Amino acid sequence: MSTTSEPQLPADLLDTRLIQEQGLRGYVTGFASRLRSGDLGSMPVVVGLVVIWLVFYLQNDVFLSSRNLVNLALQSAAIGTISIGVVLVLLVAEIDLSVGSVSGVSAAVLAVGFVNKSWPLVMAVAVAILVGTAIGLLYGLLYTRFGVPSFVITLAGLLGFVGLQLKVLGDTGSINIPFDTWLVKFAQQAFLPASVAYALAVAVPALYAVSRVLGNRRRAAAGLSTQPVVDIGVRAGLLLVALLIGTWYLNQDRGVSAMFLLFLALVVVMDMLLRKTRWGRSVYAIGGNVEAARRAGIAVNRVYVSVFVLCSTFAALGGVLAAARGAVAGQSSGGGDTNLNAIAAAVIGGTSLFGGRGSAYSALLGVLVIQSISSGLTLMNLDSSVRYMITGAVLLLAVIIDSLSRRSRRSHGRA
Amino acid sequence: MTATTTDHGTGPTDARSTGPVLSLTGISKRFGAVQALSDVSLEVRAGEVVALVGDNGAGKSTLVKVIAGVHPPDSGRVEVEGWPVTIDSPAAAQRIGIATVFQDLSLCDNLDVVANLFLGNEALHGPTMDEVEMERRSWELLRQLSAKIPSVRVPVASLSGGQRQTVAIARSLLGNPKVVMLDEPTAALGVAQTAEVLNLVETLRDQGLGVLLISHNMADVLAVADRVVVLRLGRNNGDFEVPHTTNEEIVAAITGATNNAVSERSRRTAQRHADQEAQP
Ligand SMILES: Nc1ncnc2c1ncn2[C@@H]1O[C@H](COP(=O)(O)OP(=O)(O)O)[C@@H](O)[C@H]1O
Ligand SMILES: [Mg+2]
Repeated sequence: MSTTSEPQLPADLLDTRLIQEQGLRGYVTGFASRLRSGDLGSMPVVVGLVVIWLVFYLQNDVFLSSRNLVNLALQSAAIGTISIGVVLVLLVAEIDLSVGSVSGVSAAVLAVGFVNKSWPLVMAVAVAILVGTAIGLLYGLLYTRFGVPSFVITLAGLLGFVGLQLKVLGDTGSINIPFDTWLVKFAQQAFLPASVAYALAVAVPALYAVSRVLGNRRRAAAGLSTQPVVDIGVRAGLLLVALLIGTWYLNQDRGVSAMFLLFLALVVVMDMLLRKTRWGRSVYAIGGNVEAARRAGIAVNRVYVSVFVLCSTFAALGGVLAAARGAVAGQSSGGGDTNLNAIAAAVIGGTSLFGGRGSAYSALLGVLVIQSISSGLTLMNLDSSVRYMITGAVLLLAVIIDSLSRRSRRSHGRA
Repeated sequence: MTATTTDHGTGPTDARSTGPVLSLTGISKRFGAVQALSDVSLEVRAGEVVALVGDNGAGKSTLVKVIAGVHPPDSGRVEVEGWPVTIDSPAAAQRIGIATVFQDLSLCDNLDVVANLFLGNEALHGPTMDEVEMERRSWELLRQLSAKIPSVRVPVASLSGGQRQTVAIARSLLGNPKVVMLDEPTAALGVAQTAEVLNLVETLRDQGLGVLLISHNMADVLAVADRVVVLRLGRNNGDFEVPHTTNEEIVAAITGATNNAVSERSRRTAQRHADQEAQP
């Protein structure tokens, strides 16, 4: 066999047609060719974010101050959490237009349960989140049983759950959640002690490096090619430097917000689930080709239900976080631009509307773009009319990039 | 019957193992106003390539989908190695040992070769997927098929038609099936790629699998098939042993020049005699 005649080559590098370039140069050329063929990933949004930050910084240098960045993190957590769920439904090529209303219902349940009905706070939070889970289950069953397009189901939900929110609130317009509850303290005043933040900033790259080295060992044992140790070292090093500088800079002000860290943790966990588990693989497969997934024996309906359930649950959790941060829930909770921002964040972050492409990190990157625009324009004393128009334009740009890169992938055989 | 049911786990008796590995009798399937299949029967033995041929719309793909559990039949019996089975889902078909390469390829373009090969069957390493093991087995499988795929970590969309077909065929072999069905595997391929796929079909037969090959192309069929089964308008219309048949005979059964092979043969013989007599 060919392996015995060329024992030095790993099994996956035997084919002579495989264009294999090693080292940094190989990395750069590979990246460039991926870009040319329309495999953009999170490139556009990262570039966009850098441009936005630069532009606003040049307008007003307060924009990149520690204080403003800490605020940005605080403002991003709730919408970002909702957006994680939107990423999931987009990955299976569906949509949930009702995440805003669901977050509103959940906020209303939380406030009415805790303040008016005097439930224990833990119970009020749990019930509020479970309301989202139940709504997602309902969506999932409607979708899989009756085959109604998710667009229509969730549009009905958008209206229906605004109604439910008003019903739950009754005569009360808005309910204040006391500042001395752990929930509000967590959202407004909980920041990581500097030591813990730095420990995390070191632990994460270390974990990354260790897991890559262990992965390399397993690959080598299986006779497959390995990632060069230098490559792992450089990546871990860059990550370490970025995290240390970020932590140091945020610590100049209040530091790393606990609520933002919760959001980050949810993004990371969701990303792991999507990339590493069979469930995640089936989510991507369904988004790529449902029929293929079904024929591969994947319980497609169960995956759809799980995705709708997760989406509405994330929406409800986002509603709780928003209520906690504002220390209030009312008729306007989840209203206004909550819905559109959460959906736009997922798309702007690079999750394709056509399904099967994107990652949990889209929620993080997208929400940072949206909140940066909002924060920057506020600093420039521009009102919401401009904010809406600019956010709309950015969303449009993201969708155009998505459509163009899809077309380019097709012509470059990377559809 | 009681004796055989307790016997079930130990597998078929000798008499059965020499019988067909897949056997269909009286399969009917209706889509609304279209009776796509009426009373179709078919047998495939281990180590045998059976070609299923017929005109467009004859019901070939429908029969494949019935066997693959995509469309459960309205009536009829399916037996695998002599045991009656119910195939009500693609997963059930896979469990029973029937693997299918569908006409519309059924690959996920956004996933890489490894992910497509193991879709729905991912190897696990604790709670997560074992990518290393899956990649190793992918190479093993592809080499066993002498397949030419440059990298298993590229999206399948970037592969050529023949390579995609190879991935689809390799994918069907992962569950160690007894029968592999290929629906028009060469329809969209060039000459060299077609030859590659036909080689694969022979590899499968040599490994002792029953192969059901659906094709439009008579040259392909006669090149690799041991037996040809003709469907016409959703019914059986002939069953030919390849060494003892001709292209014309099969084409006649496909186009319905006759109702069955026997009358066709006698009609042709009669025709030949008549021709000879007409010659001076
Ligand atoms: N899902 C379906 N719904 C309705 N009619 C179908 C369906 N699938 C196949 N048919 C019909 O069944 C008949 C046989 O089709 P098919 O099995 O695809 O033929 P073949 O593969 O031999 O060309 C055709 O008349 C086709 O229109
Ligand atoms: Mg067909």
